[in-house]
Amino acid sequence: MNSCALLAMALLAMTPNRMWYALPLIVSVSLVYAATRHERLGPILRHAWRTAIWIGGFMAVVFVILWFLTYRL
Amino acid sequence: MAANTSDAGGAAPETAEIVDLRNPLLAALLALLWPGLGHLYQRRIGKSLLFMVCILGTYTYGWFLGGEKVVYASWNPPQMRHYGYLCQVWVGLPAWPAMVQSALGSPLGPNFMAPPRIHTNSEGDNDLAIWNREYPTFELGSVLTMVAGLLNVLVIFDAAAGPVGSTETEPEETAGKRGPPRPKAANTGGG
Repeated sequence: MNSCALLAMALLAMTPNRMWYALPLIVSVSLVYAATRHERLGPILRHAWRTAIWIGGFMAVVFVILWFLTYRL
Repeated sequence: MAANTSDAGGAAPETAEIVDLRNPLLAALLALLWPGLGHLYQRRIGKSLLFMVCILGTYTYGWFLGGEKVVYASWNPPQMRHYGYLCQVWVGLPAWPAMVQSALGSPLGPNFMAPPRIHTNSEGDNDLAIWNREYPTFELGSVLTMVAGLLNVLVIFDAAAGPVGSTETEPEETAGKRGPPRPKAANTGGG
C-alpha cells in the first residue's frame, strides 16, 4: 500500500461531520475574496457565490478521486 | 489627485465607480493593524464590516477550535519552529501578542499565545503533543487562523490600491436603469 493510498484512507476516515467545519471557511473566503475585487454589494455577492461553488466543486472532485483510490482497499 | 483613487469599474467604464482611497499607505497600515480598519478610515463602511466579521470570525473560530493554543510564535531551537505564524501574523493586533510572548519569555502568562514547552510531563510529552491529544480539532483551528491571516493580506492590498481587476458589470435588465455614472469622488489628500 503506497503512501498516497494511506493518505487517502486517512482523509476519508474523517467522519462526515467534520466536513461541516469547511462551510464557514468557504463562506468567509468567498466573501472576502469577492469583496477585494468589487466595491458594491451586488457584484460582491454574485462573485462570492461563484467562488463558493468553485471551491465546493473542487472539494467534491478531490473527494471523488480519494474515494476512487480507496475503493478496493 | 488620481493617484489616490481607484477605478472599480475596470473594463466597463459605463458602470465605473471611483473609490476614494484617502491616504492609501495609512489605510494599508490600519488594515494591517486590525482587519477592516483601513476600509473604515476610507469610509467604505460595508466592506469594513464584512472584513471584520469574516476575518475576525474565522480567526476566533479557529482560535477556539484549537483550544486557544493555536496562535504562537516559536523560532528558537530546540523548540519546534512554528511556520504557521508567518500566516497568522497578518491578522494584526489579535495575533501580535504571540511575538511578545515568544521574545520576552511569556510575560503574559503560560496559557496565552505562549510557545509550547519542550518537556512538561512524566511521559516526556511536550505541550504540542498534549494539545493535539486534548483538542481533536487543533490542526483545524490552526488552519483557520492561518487562512484568516492570509485573507487579511488581500484586504491590506484592497485598502492600499482598491478592488483588483473588477468589471462590475450588471445584469442587462438593470444596467439601463441606473442613470448616469457616479461622479468621481473628491480626493481628500489623506485627511
